[in-house]
Amino acid sequence: MTRVAVIVFPGSNCDADTLAAARQAGSDAYFVWHRDGDLRQADVVILPGGFSYGDYLRSGAIARFSPVMAAVTAHARAGGPVLGICNGFQILCEAGLLPGGLMRNARLRFLSRPVWVRVEQTGTPFTCLYEKGEVLELPIAHGDGRYVVDARTAAELEATNRVVWRYVRDNPNGSTNDIAGVANAAGNVVGIMPHPERRTAPALGGQDGARVFHSMEARHATQHAVDVRAVDDRHLRV
Amino acid sequence: MPRAALLDPQGQAVEHALQALGFEGVARVRVGKHLVLELTAASPDDALARARAMCDRLLANPVTEDYDVALDGEAPR
Repeated sequence: MTRVAVIVFPGSNCDADTLAAARQAGSDAYFVWHRDGDLRQADVVILPGGFSYGDYLRSGAIARFSPVMAAVTAHARAGGPVLGICNGFQILCEAGLLPGGLMRNARLRFLSRPVWVRVEQTGTPFTCLYEKGEVLELPIAHGDGRYVVDARTAAELEATNRVVWRYVRDNPNGSTNDIAGVANAAGNVVGIMPHPERRTAPALGGQDGARVFHSMEARHATQHAVDVRAVDDRHLRV
Repeated sequence: MPRAALLDPQGQAVEHALQALGFEGVARVRVGKHLVLELTAASPDDALARARAMCDRLLANPVTEDYDVALDGEAPR
């Protein structure tokens, strides 16, 4: 069972949905208040959506200095899986854990509607149960969702397959290269603008997002199995 | 200020509004933020250096924004 810390900032509003989605996938999920410096031995950290600090200054700009972010950064640097959803994605970019930044939607409107994204990278802890090329219907709810990176970084993201999800059919916010989600170079830190936690059951309009949470549980179980074999191996040698 | 290479939809909207009102010769409009800091500092240069440090750390995001700093009444530098 994966221990999943869902960080709660002042202004987070998708924290309960995210906790429920992780628990539905079988994880031992719990909240961590942003002033806590202790992730309580989390295997996975999720920064949920919302409007931390009212989006003052820039979305995520103030939350990235919350006390908990030192622990989140240490967890990420040690290779621990981190997922940022919507405002969580903005915070990860502001914190420098993901490249690029999120700016005002190209047509200036706040958008709250379903979009379609194609799964481009299935090697991350959050997409390993998807098929490459699958198209998912997920909702967006953001005013600052236009992902921007300089041309060189964009080319690098493409060349190293770090675009995890890409908008298809239409690009709702003007994001560079239709990017809806990216990973860091190591692949353990992932950000996504749409909300997978809001599509985890038929009653919620679909369950295209559920495997994001099942993926982290499956990845953790696989790693655990490998650990056990390694221990057995060593035992046999002794 | 949003970086020059990036799309500035607010600037574009204002530009179109100015054109619609008949103001001619507006080549480009960009919309940014103006922050006013009141600092206690040993010298004007010290104040500028500290304001720049604040911009680099928090006030501006170098991925998306450029900034200028100026002492009250002086041109940005």
